[in-house]
Formats: sequence, structure tokens, C-alpha cells
Amino acid sequence: MALNRKIAYIELTTGDIETKPIPVKVRNMFLGGRGLDMYLMYNHIKPGVDPLGSDNVAFVSAGVLGGTLASASARTHIGGKSPLTGFVGSANMGGFFAPELRWAGFDHLVIKGKAENPVYLWIQNNEIEIRDAKHIWGKTVHETQEIIREELGDRDIKILTIGPAGENLVRFANVMTGIKDAAGRSGMGALLGSKNLKAIAVRGTMDIKLERPEEALQYNKKVIEQITSAKVSQTQGKLGTPFIWGATNTQGLVRVNNFQLNQLEDADEVEAEAIDKVAVGMAGCFGCQVHCRSKYVIPEGDYAGVYDEGPEYTSQGAWAAEPGCRSLNNILVCNHLVNIYGLDTLETGSLISWVMELYEKGILTDEDTGGLDLRFGNEEAVIEMIHRIAKREGLGDILAEGPLRAAEKIGKDSIKYLVHVKGMSNLHSDERPTPGLALGIATASRGSDHLRSRPAIDLYHLPKQVLRNIYSQPVPYDGPVTSDYRDYEGKAWQVFWQETCYEAVDCLGICKFHTVFLGASLPSFEEWSKLLYYNTGLELSPLDIWTIAERAYNMERLFNIREGLTREDDWLVDRYFDEPTSVGIPGVRGKTIDRDKLKNMIDEYYEHHGWDEQGVPRLETLQRLGIENEPSHIL
Amino acid sequence: MAKVLILDYEKCTGCRLCELVCSVKHEGVSNPARSRVKIVKWESEGRYVPMSCQQCESAPCQAVCPVKALSRDETLNRVLVDYDACIGCRMCIAICPFGAMSFDVLAKRIIKCDLCDGVPLCADFCEVGAIQYVDAGQQSTIKQVTAADKLSEIMQKVAQAISAV
Repeated sequence: MALNRKIAYIELTTGDIETKPIPVKVRNMFLGGRGLDMYLMYNHIKPGVDPLGSDNVAFVSAGVLGGTLASASARTHIGGKSPLTGFVGSANMGGFFAPELRWAGFDHLVIKGKAENPVYLWIQNNEIEIRDAKHIWGKTVHETQEIIREELGDRDIKILTIGPAGENLVRFANVMTGIKDAAGRSGMGALLGSKNLKAIAVRGTMDIKLERPEEALQYNKKVIEQITSAKVSQTQGKLGTPFIWGATNTQGLVRVNNFQLNQLEDADEVEAEAIDKVAVGMAGCFGCQVHCRSKYVIPEGDYAGVYDEGPEYTSQGAWAAEPGCRSLNNILVCNHLVNIYGLDTLETGSLISWVMELYEKGILTDEDTGGLDLRFGNEEAVIEMIHRIAKREGLGDILAEGPLRAAEKIGKDSIKYLVHVKGMSNLHSDERPTPGLALGIATASRGSDHLRSRPAIDLYHLPKQVLRNIYSQPVPYDGPVTSDYRDYEGKAWQVFWQETCYEAVDCLGICKFHTVFLGASLPSFEEWSKLLYYNTGLELSPLDIWTIAERAYNMERLFNIREGLTREDDWLVDRYFDEPTSVGIPGVRGKTIDRDKLKNMIDEYYEHHGWDEQGVPRLETLQRLGIENEPSHIL
Repeated sequence: MAKVLILDYEKCTGCRLCELVCSVKHEGVSNPARSRVKIVKWESEGRYVPMSCQQCESAPCQAVCPVKALSRDETLNRVLVDYDACIGCRMCIAICPFGAMSFDVLAKRIIKCDLCDGVPLCADFCEVGAIQYVDAGQQSTIKQVTAADKLSEIMQKVAQAISAV
């Protein structure tokens, strides 16, 4: 059956490997994926451990619907204490790894200790082997996968790997699979690197028995029609996430020159349509009809002829808006470099843009930059900085430590110009005109982040009735809703709802693009309840799934609080309050976030969660969710 | 007229939903290793090629089978396996020029595409049309139109370039 996949506990220091089944009781509490990973994290990571020390634990998982007839049941989750923030580390990627892991018999890997020398894991049909990786240490993300496939003699092996950045313990190194699928945020690549774990190779040919195959086929067909009939899916299937750029940049909702402007002018080559011209087709993750991944070949320059995939919306920001660059080639090259080095594109671009502002303001000198002219728009300098960060050279070595540590090292007023929450840099979005989105990044469990709780459909000015229909299920809500993204009213609930929605899909192991993230008509709790039943036999109502997601999110909160998080960490940097937006459409000009109103939103957001005014879950909340006795050490 | 499966690598996004629905339809499980269709990938080039039985008119598998376990079903234009007759010698796998005959190691038998008895799910679920189920005579028409489209586009560009000179 679809629920018989196991947990493997892999101790790299000793080489011991143990496997355990996952009791249905635990499934009903956390499902799998990110949810169960959060349970495991809270139970296996001792408070206060050094994130790059051998006491930290890495978690790799598939969602409970991974590899089943639920559309895009492709997601892999990586967890651990974040080397970047010291709080919850959590990152999620598409591709083909998670289904393969399930065909090989496993849902969750708990990786402890530290290997003496570089190793990789080879997992095949219930068997796990720890193999020497000295010969692939230092290889890029793309090279590593080719070498392992060649070495093991099977071209269908799926691999997750770190690149040189992860080996060099760059605190925002990512974990990748395939050409561009990245568990990007919170430095999970550095975590694997600190364990001397280069990669995990997996191949499975074991059945995942579906509970009701005929009904699962029929129902999936229906859900596919729901997904593909949405305009947003069609647009994304042609242009990928870069399609978002047109709407946000036109309005003035992007960070330019770090945080000094909110619109990039004269940037025709940054448009999705320009990227589409060099795209050589679209690719999809496992079982997905949205196929939002562009395939491209770099047309000119030093990297001409190189194949890669993407770039995503994040890379338009990281390699154009934030550093003030405007050429398509720069976006394509930088995107390629972060892919082969295994760097979080978003954090890397954000940090480079920050030091560019410091350079222009005279806080950093030519001596500090090693002679690099870090003025905004200097594409060669941006490319050079990517190399230096990955290799930890000069200023790159300082940035490799992440925003807060770098600000401390650089000193002076450098921290004033940093755009981060909880020590994690923000996407290139500018949330000053959008209080709902601002609340999302301020409170997200892993730091400044648009994929934790962003009510992105807020940008569409949807009719109130449409919003009410979405946001009053599966739990009733009769508070205010507003169609104006500049409003503060009702946004706390939207953020809470989206946060629970995204946690749910991460437990299920399906893609956020198949839910109410970018499209208001896409599947939600009701559909997931049926998908779960037909595929796995789990009988959980939409409300049950909501509660599971809430429970998992509370585990994240408990983890963060145990690591010292306070209400002050759920806050934005001063620039959001003190520097008004200067350009864009009239409706977004002159905007700042109001401190008092944000404070009130946070109060309301806590209240929706059943947390006290300090953001600590109340005992009755934990009791309602059945997690008052955690850590319970069941698994 | 009997229909045929058309496999078009130019349209394939590599999602492998065809493999999934095939294994669910035939075995009731998710397991691409037991699928009759397979996406062969060159990941580092972004090249994905759907492969399945071509239901050859003059089928090598049928010719090589020592026990005549393979036969032609003219109604659905397919090659069928008689599992009562099949001895599992795998000669059909050895001779198939497309690698379309495979061996299911769990069921210990050969497997091949049976066109889902006239409603092939791989085509039904392939939203991009990389796998289509069309009238046999249509296959070349579709190719002709696509080729003609490209050709006329080139000709127009050439004509424009000449007139510009």
C-alpha cells in the first residue's frame, strides 16, 4: 500500500543504518513530507546545537502522496536546523527524486553524525549503502549526477546533491536534483556539506499500491482538467514563473538596486517574453501538466552553448532588479552558475546587491572588494562575486556567512541596508505597498520568505465574494476581506490561511503551483481529501488536513521558540517603515509599512493561531492539536 | 480505420505521467518499472523521448516467438501476447528494434503496450500531445502539416530577405 514506506535512520559517524515503519497514527498526525519532518526535527535535534556541527540532523523526505496519482506529487523536502538562521531549516524541490525514493521503499531519511571522509548514499529497493565520494567532492551539481549514474551503471538513477558551495559550507548553499530543481532556502546544502555527505542516489522498482486505482485515475483526470483550465497554469506552462515579472515590475513591486527603487526601467530583456525567445521548450516535474521549467541554451558570451534550465522569477530579481542589471545574458549566466555551484539564487543575488549598495555608499572600498567595481549594473562584477562566494574568496568569504554574520564582519552602518527577516534575505519583491505580503515575510518560520505564507492572489484584486469563498474553507471565517492589496484589514487571516495551505501541500508532497498560490481556482483542501482517500486509503476530511497542517506549523513554531525566537524576530527591517516607495503606478508610490498597523496584524495573526501575545502557542492550542507532550520520541 | 499511437519527442516535457498511468491501469500500482511506455531521457540536454510499441505490421517479436504467443489483432491494429502460450524466453525483447518489449521482474513475464484495448491512457493523460492516438492514415498528415508549416515559414523569410535586397 501507499503507506508502507519506511523511515531510515542513517548514522554517518558509525555507518549504522536502521529502518522503521511509520505507524498510521503518525500519518494521521503529520501525513509525511515537511509535516513529519518537523515532528522528527523537534524530536531528534537537541536544543542549541551548532547547525554545522555533527549534532545537527538532516531530514530528507517525500510527501505522503509522492509518486501517486496526485498531480505533481514530485516534491522532496529537506529539513534541519538552518546554518543560515539558526531556526527552522526547510526547503522543498520538484523533479523526480521523491517518487524514486518511494519506489525504493522509503519516505523519510534521518541523517545523523558526520562521515570521516566524503560519502554519498546509494539507495536501491530497501537497501542503503554508504559509498566513498572522494572522487566527486569538488564536482558541480551537474557533473556529480552524471558521474554517479555512470559509476552505478543505471541512467534512471535519481540524485540529490550539493555543489561546491555546500562543500565549502556557504551558509545558503542549496540541495539540488536534476539540472535546476533546488531545495533552495535556509542552507540545507551547507548542512549536508558539514556531514561530508555529497549526494544521495536512489533507484526504486517496487510497487506503490494504490488504494483505489480506478477511482484515482478518474479523479486525477478531473483535477488535471481543473489545473490546466486555469489561465495561470497555461501562462506558466508557456513562460514559467517569469510571467509574474510583468505584473510586479509594471506596478512597482520589485526591489531595485537592493532596496532603493521599486521598479526596473528600460529592462525589456528581463521580460518573460525575452526569456521565452531563447527557451528551447518546457520541462515538467514528475506527473505535472503545468511544465513550468524553461529549457535554454546560453546564446552568447563566455558560456555560449551551455544548456541549463530556468530561470525562475526569483532569478529575474536576483540577477536583474536587485543588482540593477538589464541583460538577458546576465540572468541566464548567473542562473547557470548558481545551479552548478549549488547556491540559493535568491540569497546570493540579494547579498551581492546589498554589498553593491554598501560600495556605492562608500561603506565598502575597492580594497574590501578586492578591486571589484561593485557599482549597480556591473554584470561582470556580479558574476565574479558568485564565483567568490561559492569558493569563499575575499569578500565572497564574508558573504558566504549569510547576511547577519556578514553585516557584523563588515560593520559600520552596513546592517542598515540589509533586507532580511530572521537572518534570511528577502525575495526581490518590495512589500511596502502590500501589507499582507509584508506580514507573510515578517512571520514566516524559516525567515524572510515568499513561499511560506504569501497571499499572492492578493495582487489580483479579486472580488470579495471570490476571496470569501476561498478563505472560509475548510474553517469558517467571517472577518473582513478586501480586494485591495494596499489594505491591512483581513490580511492576517489570509496569511494564516495560505501558511496552512502551503504546509498542507508540503505534507502531501505536491506542488504549490497546483493550489491557491498563483491561481484562485486551483485545487485545495477538498480535492486533497479525495486524492488522499483514492490513493492511500487515508480517510481525512478537508478540516482534518487543515488541522494536520496547523499541527505541523506549530511544531515549527515550537522548534523556533526552543532555539530562542521571540516576537521581535517576527518583524521587518526599518527600511520598510522609514523609506517610502518612490516610483511605480500612482497607487504604490509613497508607500511604507505602518509600524502600529503591522503590530496589530501580528497580534491578530497570533490570535488566529491560538498563540499568546509573545507568539508562543498556548497550552490549549497544543492540547487541541495533540502535541502538548512533544518531544514524544515515537519515531 | 484502426488507430495508432504517435510519439512526438518535440512535445514531451518529460513528466512521465504516461508511465504512471500505464502502470496503474495495467497493474493497479504506481511503478514505472512496470509501465509499457517509457520516457528515455538525456537530462543534461533536456531531451526526452517517449518510447512504446509501434505495433509493427511485420512484427519481429511475432516472427521470433518460438511458441507463437504473439499474434496480430487487426481490429485494434496491435500485437497481443497470449500469456498461456508464452514461455518467458525473452526472445521478443532481444529482437525488438525499439526496446518496446520489456520484462516485468515482479510478475516474471513480458509486458508490452496493448493500447489499453482502444483507449490508451498515456495518450489520454498527455496534455501536451506528445503521445496521441490517431487514425493510422492521419500520422503522416500531421507530420506533413508540421513540416509544411516550417518549410513555408523558411520560404517566406527567404522571400522577404530577397525582396529587402
